[in-house]
Amino acid sequence: MTETWIILGATSGMARPFIRSLAEAGHGIILCGRKTDEMSAQATDLEARGASGVAVMRLDMRDPASFDPIIERAKSTVGTLCCAVFVGSMPDQGAIDADASLVDGVIADSLTGPTRFLTLLAPVLAARGNGTIVGIGSVAGDRGRLGNYVYGAAKAGFAAYLSGLRNKLGRSGVHVMTVKPGPVDTPMTWGLGKMPFMISPDQVSADINAGLRKKRNVVYTAKIWRPIMFVIRSIPEPIFKKMSI
Amino acid sequence: MHWKTDKVTGWGRALAATGNIARPETEAEIISAPSAPAAGNRRSYGDAPLNGGGQSLDMTRMDNILSFDRETGLAHVGAGMTIAAMARVFVPQGWIPAVMPGTGFATVGGAIGMDVHGKNHHGAGSFGQHVSAIHLATGGAVRRITPEDALLWRATIGGLGQTGVIISAELQLARCKGSVMVVTERRVENWAEHLAMLDASPATYCVGWIDATATGPNLGRGILEEAEVGRGLIPKAKATKAVPFDAPHLALSAPIVKVFNAAYYHRIPAHGRTVVRSMDSFFFPLDAIHDWNRLYGKRGFHQFQCVVPTDRADGLRQMLATISSSGLASPLAVLKRMGAGRAGFLSFPMEGYTLAVDFPNRDGAADLIRQLIGQTQDLGGRIYLAKDSLAAGPQIKSMYPEWPDWLAQVTAADPDHHLETDMTRRLDLRHNRNSQT
Repeated sequence: MTETWIILGATSGMARPFIRSLAEAGHGIILCGRKTDEMSAQATDLEARGASGVAVMRLDMRDPASFDPIIERAKSTVGTLCCAVFVGSMPDQGAIDADASLVDGVIADSLTGPTRFLTLLAPVLAARGNGTIVGIGSVAGDRGRLGNYVYGAAKAGFAAYLSGLRNKLGRSGVHVMTVKPGPVDTPMTWGLGKMPFMISPDQVSADINAGLRKKRNVVYTAKIWRPIMFVIRSIPEPIFKKMSI
Repeated sequence: MHWKTDKVTGWGRALAATGNIARPETEAEIISAPSAPAAGNRRSYGDAPLNGGGQSLDMTRMDNILSFDRETGLAHVGAGMTIAAMARVFVPQGWIPAVMPGTGFATVGGAIGMDVHGKNHHGAGSFGQHVSAIHLATGGAVRRITPEDALLWRATIGGLGQTGVIISAELQLARCKGSVMVVTERRVENWAEHLAMLDASPATYCVGWIDATATGPNLGRGILEEAEVGRGLIPKAKATKAVPFDAPHLALSAPIVKVFNAAYYHRIPAHGRTVVRSMDSFFFPLDAIHDWNRLYGKRGFHQFQCVVPTDRADGLRQMLATISSSGLASPLAVLKRMGAGRAGFLSFPMEGYTLAVDFPNRDGAADLIRQLIGQTQDLGGRIYLAKDSLAAGPQIKSMYPEWPDWLAQVTAADPDHHLETDMTRRLDLRHNRNSQT
């Protein structure tokens, strides 16, 4: 059965193959993001791939007024409604240390923005009694670490929100899946040097789709991050605070 | 757009280069970047996609579909879109890339830069013959060129990326009536029978697999595959496997290869068989194993591919005899009937027979390949630049009589030699001077 997917952060490099897979499955897609020109080109690509209708809507996570038209649009769709949240921003931790005002943006993009949006959207899905929400967290949210703990804090908060939302919406037939990627080979990571277990956005897409088929609650991508993060979370704080990993 | 220093190889992994690589996502990034040669998924075997010590552009994320007309089958796609992705997207809509090379990982830009061919070359011609326009970044702007730009067009198709960076291309797809392949496989006992069956085949897609270890009366033994697109249903493909590490050298040692080849041959019943296969498994048989090039170990391998004119087939038989008796070749070689279709000055195809053989990069292999290249030249044939890593410049220039026409165009398009690659330097293709052989 075809679904309509709302994509938050549609031009994210990590999101592209997943959105294409939705198009190739014949679903309808509502692309939401700031770069409307880029999204228009993307819409052409997705329609050629077989999407049953693609819409482009401006969305700025730091401007909640931009949420309402998308929610209204969502209400007007027919059939199963789904949403995937790819928004987020990760300035260098050093840059944040030098300019504390950057914190607000990170939290808005990765936590308060998506949380506020989903809080508006959740009742629409719950009323229909079906649908799926995919939220992109991060392995950085599993434990605050030296290199990116403001970003990690935002993603940890988002993961906690998704967990609660899953708890709530599960009762009305809506599935919420949390995805926790490690490093992904996107423009953001190109040139940052060799990263452990870096995967392609294609692999992220494959893992999300496999998780959706199996109705998984939390998906790590690459899968190896689940045991790795288990170990990292298990390190006692007195030891962890002296480590730099 | 960020740059990173990386060491990359051609598909054969025998040649490597360290350089600065950027991976643009937009046309604007390419235009504003310093002029540099482009590479796709680096499925060329030798040094064509390498620029050691210089800069290059990784085009794989320039893979949007820019427009598609379901009525006419005209698709405008980014240079980084792969052939497999095109097949996956367009076949369910009734259209198929008119020409598909042996790996689906090849990109559209690479397929144009090498003017690749497929198992239907005898009928459909080369990839470039189905391109109706190319959007080329040259001299700080993007220019749309068509076959009407006669000389520049012919220098761009099969032109090793030397006229500019191919950003996107408009391709005329072919209608297809189904999404599976109906494949007839027959045993072929020897060389003479192989040629006769290739010549007589009326199939749209036709290829011969040769056991490169068979000698004497069995020389040229193999399997002939003929196929048509058909309608039907087949089980969903299993997930692809990957080769996680470089295989030890032993993996392709002579006894193992001999056993493998005998099994490969005898898997086909003596009276042949017709089977239904997925498009991927027919067109891209090796893609199911990711990074299969690692099976050849750290030292990598060379692929030798030549084409010789139809009336010189006997010379090709002698070359195969040399290869078989050397014990240096790897399991499977490919023999195909080739038509005359070609679209560029440096396009590989000519009317005749083409033979492709892998050689693990071990002692003696390079010398043997050089000898084979010489024999190809003597027979009036050609070496495929997408595969080459060992030829000498004068040999290539003599095999490609239109090389001076190509040179004139690329000199005009890239006067400062920003687009040179390891291959153009090795073969001295960008200079018209008498070099020593």
